[in-house]
Amino acid sequence: MAATSFTAAKFLAPVAARSGGERAPPLPAGASSSSFARAMRRGGAHHPRLRTALAVSSDVLAGNKAQAAAANPAVTREEALELYEDMVLGRVFEDMCAQMYYRGKMFGFVHLYNGQEAVSTGFIKYLNQADCVVSTYRDHVHALSKGVPARSVMAELFGKATGCCRGQGGSMHMFSAPHNLLGGFAFIGEGIPVATGAAFAAKYRHEVLKQSGPDGLDVTVAFFGDGTCNNGQFFECLNMAQLWKLPIIFVVENNLWAIGMSHLRATSDPEIFKKGPAFGMPGVHVDGMDVLKVREVAKEAIDRARRGEGPTLVECETYRFRGHSLADPDELRKPGKDYFPVSFYFFASLVKFLVLTRLSGEMENGIKASLAKFVAMLKMASNIVLMKTDEKSHYAARDPITALKKYIIEENLATESELKSIEKKIEDVVEEAVEFADASPHPPRSQLLENVFADPKGFGIGPDGKYRCEDPKFTQGTAQV
Amino acid sequence: MSADPSVFLMGEEVGEYQGAYKISKGLLDKYGPDRVLDTPITEAGFTGIGVGAAYHGLRPIVEFMTFNFSMQAIDHIINSAAKSNYMSAGQISVPIVFRGPNGAAAGVGAQHSQCYAAWYAHVPGLKVLAPYSAEDARGLLKAAIRDPDPVVFLENELLYGESFPVSAEVLDSSFCLPIGKAKIERQGKDVTITAFSKMVGYALQAADILAKEGISAEVINLRSIRPLDRAAINASVRKTNRLVTVEEGFPQHGIGAEICMSVVEDSFAYLDAPVERIAGADVPMPYAANLERMAVPQVDDIVRAAKRACYRTVPMAATA
Repeated sequence: MAATSFTAAKFLAPVAARSGGERAPPLPAGASSSSFARAMRRGGAHHPRLRTALAVSSDVLAGNKAQAAAANPAVTREEALELYEDMVLGRVFEDMCAQMYYRGKMFGFVHLYNGQEAVSTGFIKYLNQADCVVSTYRDHVHALSKGVPARSVMAELFGKATGCCRGQGGSMHMFSAPHNLLGGFAFIGEGIPVATGAAFAAKYRHEVLKQSGPDGLDVTVAFFGDGTCNNGQFFECLNMAQLWKLPIIFVVENNLWAIGMSHLRATSDPEIFKKGPAFGMPGVHVDGMDVLKVREVAKEAIDRARRGEGPTLVECETYRFRGHSLADPDELRKPGKDYFPVSFYFFASLVKFLVLTRLSGEMENGIKASLAKFVAMLKMASNIVLMKTDEKSHYAARDPITALKKYIIEENLATESELKSIEKKIEDVVEEAVEFADASPHPPRSQLLENVFADPKGFGIGPDGKYRCEDPKFTQGTAQV
Repeated sequence: MSADPSVFLMGEEVGEYQGAYKISKGLLDKYGPDRVLDTPITEAGFTGIGVGAAYHGLRPIVEFMTFNFSMQAIDHIINSAAKSNYMSAGQISVPIVFRGPNGAAAGVGAQHSQCYAAWYAHVPGLKVLAPYSAEDARGLLKAAIRDPDPVVFLENELLYGESFPVSAEVLDSSFCLPIGKAKIERQGKDVTITAFSKMVGYALQAADILAKEGISAEVINLRSIRPLDRAAINASVRKTNRLVTVEEGFPQHGIGAEICMSVVEDSFAYLDAPVERIAGADVPMPYAANLERMAVPQVDDIVRAAKRACYRTVPMAATA
């Protein structure tokens, strides 16, 4: 395995350890320029002092696709089918949401998750019931992965009383206390401190209240986008999470676009995973279109957090196939915006090859090596061409569901007909969810004023209308509270 | 904090510095750094962390060094704390207390002197309390911490230094005051003066001056800004037929405006005179001592307003 490719191996050494494997070498305090340069090429810590917190690139950035296929770790049949089913549920559900929106059954702001399913499935399917998930407004699939029934989510989107929040939250505010889904926030960046607080509560319960779970700390996963990474709250929480070693994973769903603002136009340093080591925590980049890779990273980060070793920043390179929301005309991502003819790049690489080989005199010796070099340059050029001509089809070719399907069939984990039956089952589930939501009643008028407070009269006044402090049992500490 | 281990305090300088205004003195030694947390200067971040912890079963007390700094965190106070119980249909309640000094101190300038009572009282889902005396502070804070909803607790820096006599009942460890009930600090029959926080002291002084001139003023200490004790205010106005509202904050869209409307809605026929509103000047707080005195209500202003409400002739302009 080449040094530049990412593998499932331990990318995170414990903070205190000074010695690591070959993949995570510590830099001695007076790092010589050669070892520093080696670490730089490996994508390691930039500053000699930040020796133990690693920034790791995955294959995608290094362009090493051939080895990527070989590096896919093994999953069992059950796990693979669970992942497949969850991703298909996410996709079919979101497609149904689009249909329902254009039929007028859903309204307001609806943000769909098509294309990003691998991130949600990869992380959330590895969590327990007691672990928390905090998300943004693009939260339908996070809710589904965390176990909220599809019918509850659909009814909530329709604004019916049987929704998971009785119709009071809506698309952007999915909450579910039994599943520990702590929302659904419309303000970007708002969920990050809330997630950090839930992680803080988990740690507090473990250390101060001495209530321990059997596995270790309860982990919190915060999902947010690339646009949020420029927001102040993100950095504040990276600081405090690492300062207090909170069991949280910050998952950046970098889909390159914040409504119509390209990530590259908005960010001074677009490599978000590098912001983790700046605060002393590991920063990992992973191919977010490959659920198996995401799951490997998730396993490592979640286990680390559970052991109490602190937070991780994971940047998932992913893409949303639809616009920002169903109201978004999605004009800035039209194919052909940065179109260059393929032939231009071919010609350019050919010229480059000829010039370089002539200059280096390789034409006479090692034709094979120079030919290999030419092919590599052509590959790189074609990558650029594809990305510049049509971002959408480039990522459509990397659809996570198709990729997993292909993997399952090639590894003989299941037959095509089994997968088809899963798809059929999911379609039935979603159809049933729509029927359920359609048939459900609207919230009654009395619900308007409910749930503003948990205790409307305020602590001071008891249920019988009298002051609680006048209850003779109150000072003994046995009054009903 | 001793009764419930899930209560913890977080804020800037609450631990080792013993509190920016020494309010949390000794707590770090008593409860340790796990329960008394010194935070970095990240209001948005640590307020959000407090809200997240409250979502997940703890009872945080978030201290703002002054409520002016809460503006950096107001998104969390309102969007993730106040609205959550409603948005989640009762699944997620947020038993959090946001406390700190509010309003003008002495010579601290415009960015450290604003009163936020009207801002927070505007939002459904929050409870807003403003103590005056030591009894208020003790009783209301305990009620706020035990309350399962987000409470904004507006203290006052200048009142921290004042002493008040307390009864033995107040010193009991479970003493609690009800949220949503005002207190009649002084009975009267000619004019009702409502106030909260530091202005209660001024109103009481004004009442003494008015008593010498034969006007018996009833002073109401609001204690709870949201929910406002409309019943007590209206009962008092129906008795005296005249109302003066006193507040320290900016006048437009302030507490006095809300109280006036409450009285107009419920007791219009009982009013014998227009409602008088005393508020701070409609300018950012100036620094110069004499200008600051003019920008904040003084006892004389309250006396003059009460007399106007009783139809005595008084000059309208304030004198320095």
